[in-house]
Amino acid sequence: MDFLQPSSWDEALAVRAERPDALPIAGGTDVMVELNFDRRRPGALLDLTRVGELQEWSIDDGTVRLGAGVPYGRVITELGDRLPGLAMAARTVGSPQIRVRGTVGGNLGSASPAGDAHPPLLAAGAEVEVASAARGTRRIPVAEFFTGVKRNALEPDELIAAVHVRTARGPQQFCKVGTRNAMVIAVSAFALALHPDRQAVGTGIGSAAPTPRRAAEAEEFLAGELDWAGRAALPESLAQAFGERVAAAAAPIDDVRGTAAYRRHSLAVLARRAATWAWDDLRRAA
Amino acid sequence: MRVTTTVNGTERTADDVWPGESLLHLLRERLGLPGAKNACEQGECGSCTVYLDGEPVCACLVAAGQAVGREVTTVEGLAPGQSLHPVQEAFVEAGAVQCGFCTPGLVVAAHDLLARVPEPSDPEIREALAGNLCRCTGYEKILDAVRLAARRRATR
Repeated sequence: MDFLQPSSWDEALAVRAERPDALPIAGGTDVMVELNFDRRRPGALLDLTRVGELQEWSIDDGTVRLGAGVPYGRVITELGDRLPGLAMAARTVGSPQIRVRGTVGGNLGSASPAGDAHPPLLAAGAEVEVASAARGTRRIPVAEFFTGVKRNALEPDELIAAVHVRTARGPQQFCKVGTRNAMVIAVSAFALALHPDRQAVGTGIGSAAPTPRRAAEAEEFLAGELDWAGRAALPESLAQAFGERVAAAAAPIDDVRGTAAYRRHSLAVLARRAATWAWDDLRRAA
Repeated sequence: MRVTTTVNGTERTADDVWPGESLLHLLRERLGLPGAKNACEQGECGSCTVYLDGEPVCACLVAAGQAVGREVTTVEGLAPGQSLHPVQEAFVEAGAVQCGFCTPGLVVAAHDLLARVPEPSDPEIREALAGNLCRCTGYEKILDAVRLAARRRATR
């Protein structure tokens, strides 16, 4: 095994093109587990922690460009106001030791159906910026990024550069079910974003389908029913109907962490609560 | 591969390091620093917690090569020589040490908390130590130790 340690983005892309057998590593919170347990023996590790460009975020025209190497801890402390949904999810990741290392880019690279960053990115309508030495940069809507269990739309010569997330125009929520607060892989997770500027609703479901996914029909339903102009209280029956539609959008399985039936049920509850909380936040802000 | 890194203030070099090797393995098996413990090897238990460039991390999840040129502080480096750091003293006095396996990781995590938050609330202590598992104490004595260390720090 080789240890490849580029010090710039251009160099990283060149190395990626030369070594399709290299496994990119950032915070190591997924990759090192695979190595420690002999689950993977890549031809090389491609360490991205020396690529300064990946460790930065910037904001342009109301959209945050979050470098793939920014750890969860910094999302919480530096972006909690602009990206509240993602920051809420980041607070539920692992433990302090994990949040200081694990990155949103790494989460996207692993593409686990249970990745905590994915539901809020889906709800916000984020785009993943990927790049290769040969073809330059392209952007992939995050809803099209996940192609299967732990599979994503990256080509073998591509690396994840950043994720572009519009700053919150309205309240956002993230809910996650697990056996304790810390160190939990989600049994189910749900993210919601209200976009009052365009009277739209965003959703993201985690741990309840082969990939993280939106509940598109539930989004349209809720957006159509909400009293955007008058901002009247959210009827309980509407919140419940929304929850049922979110649950219907899932395709969960039974596994060691929970049953499919429980995942569906919990999603309906999480979605109902998230919608109520977010709508109440919006009414208070008015 | 050769790995050179600063550990507890001293530059250390190890040769023939396997590129997939963890910082924890490097510290324990090549550099003779067995303070950080090897238990879960998946970031769940926190018993290998060390500082990497001033941030507490699970050494089992850092590739040794990622530590090249960085500064590592292990539990052995918290206090000079054979002396104990006040956090370590508090753990001993409060009865927070039973089998001792989780202790080095908890000491580093508590050390980091008190450096950032000198007078932590109980929820802050629990949150800061959430990544460190102890199967002996039931955690109450550990919370006592952190509160004791914080009090001492405040009155010093």
